[in-house]
Amino acid sequence: MTATQVRLRMALTALFALVFTVLPLPVWLDVLRPAFLVLTVLYWSINAPRAGGIGLGFACGLVLDVFQGPVLGEHALALAIIAYIAGREHQRVRSKPAFQQSLLVFLGLLIYECVLFAIDGWTGHPVTSPLRWLHCLTGALVWPPVAAVLSYSEGRLT
Amino acid sequence: MAAFGTAAGRPLQGRGGSPGFRFTVYSVLSVVIMYLDQRAHYLERVRYVLQASAYPIQLAVNSPPSAWRWLKESFETREALRAENARLHQQQRDLELLAMRYDALAHENGELRGLREALPPVAERWLAAEIINIQQSSLRQRLLIDRGATNGVFKGQAVLDDRGLIGQTTHVGPWSAEVILITDPEHAVPVRVERTGLRTIAVGGGDVSSLALPYLPANADVKSGDLLVTSGLGGVFPEGYPVARVSEVHRDAIQPLAQVRAAALSHIDSETEVMLVWFREGHPAAPASGASNAAEVRSGNPAMQPLTVPPRPAASRVETAPPHAAPAPAPATTPRAAPPAPRSTAPTAPVPTTAPTTTPAQTPADSTVPGSDAAPPKAPDDAPTEPPPTVPPRSRPLP
Repeated sequence: MTATQVRLRMALTALFALVFTVLPLPVWLDVLRPAFLVLTVLYWSINAPRAGGIGLGFACGLVLDVFQGPVLGEHALALAIIAYIAGREHQRVRSKPAFQQSLLVFLGLLIYECVLFAIDGWTGHPVTSPLRWLHCLTGALVWPPVAAVLSYSEGRLT
Repeated sequence: MAAFGTAAGRPLQGRGGSPGFRFTVYSVLSVVIMYLDQRAHYLERVRYVLQASAYPIQLAVNSPPSAWRWLKESFETREALRAENARLHQQQRDLELLAMRYDALAHENGELRGLREALPPVAERWLAAEIINIQQSSLRQRLLIDRGATNGVFKGQAVLDDRGLIGQTTHVGPWSAEVILITDPEHAVPVRVERTGLRTIAVGGGDVSSLALPYLPANADVKSGDLLVTSGLGGVFPEGYPVARVSEVHRDAIQPLAQVRAAALSHIDSETEVMLVWFREGHPAAPASGASNAAEVRSGNPAMQPLTVPPRPAASRVETAPPHAAPAPAPATTPRAAPPAPRSTAPTAPVPTTAPTTTPAQTPADSTVPGSDAAPPKAPDDAPTEPPPTVPPRSRPLP
């Protein structure tokens, strides 16, 4: 399994995650939608820490910025940060059972949202609805199935 | 992406570039990008290209809903189609009845204002655009439409539907454009209460179809059911287009400001098409952007100093108020009559926070506290300092 193969898989799964992220949904469901792209970046940072998770995070973040970011580079920074943290702590996360992994992912999503929140504030986009934090919870809840699907894709493509 | 490929071709267990180093590079890069995008607006071209490359994905993502719509339409029953046909016929007849009197009224209005002939409509050209994607959360309310720079769409263009104002374009790609809705919490539109002529600002309410009017004093003459139309200030929207209807007015004895909410007239949920509008330059009801240059020069903004044309007389700005369809608040004899009451709170500070570049009118006004009495309405404030025009401005033929 070379790094190129892993990168290909990263790009493909990220593309699918992007489609799920921008798929138009009704308003009430949209609030609950987990940040699939962030989960994908987290998964690859944890499971293939040497394959360039930070670069993946940066690239995915730029794409997210184009689709829904107020400022270019906002999601890129947030995703690079959590990809770095996840890559550093990958051994600790990988050895945990699914439930504890979910808790750690919840923490990662909180960090991600905190960074976005701070940048939103600094760049003058006063968006203070508490609903923006909701996706951290749903993201942590769907982490086990998402990780299972991603690892299945890993096995299939090899 | 130099650092992305540092470990290319090596086995996964080998040593790639140090994660800390890569992290530093990417963070610095994102911060630089953010700075350039936010402060200097250097990245317009980059955004343009990125938007173009994102367009296929957005189209693909939208294809299931649009396929479903198409399927539903093609299996619609004959009765439904006939009913719709009958409804449209009736609607067309009603509109024709309305339009019959329109020409006569426009002519009469022109005569009353001392013009030789009736004004042409302020909308010069329009273009239907299909909605590709809708983001409607409480945080962001944006549309993606399938018209872009190749169709002549520009940043800060007004977007309407058949009921009222929808929003303005924020990012324009070659084939697509992003529209910020007037209900987005980051959007503000300068409005006028149609019944009283009171001018204020309607800020997006943060839920799907409501706006807030946060700068009205508790004694302002506004009540539930009032129609809000665009006031023509701010340099983006022309004068006199319906925006919203006041839905609730809450006055608290200890609060200096009234809490007013309004419901937007346009219905994004049920629409699949919106209209992009180009407005006639120099029309009295057109967005008052040219006149704002004068204010910039007087306030000494060095960035606005090298003007190629002399600042236009303030009269042209005052005259933007009486529209073709508004209850002309000023007596016909005094064209410079001040707006009806000094209690109109903050007409000087229409702050569309989203598009500072398209609305240079706002920069001097940002320093004034919205809602304070120290900020008088724009027009009477400017009027004494301007050289009086030799001709009453209303009698000038329009370009």
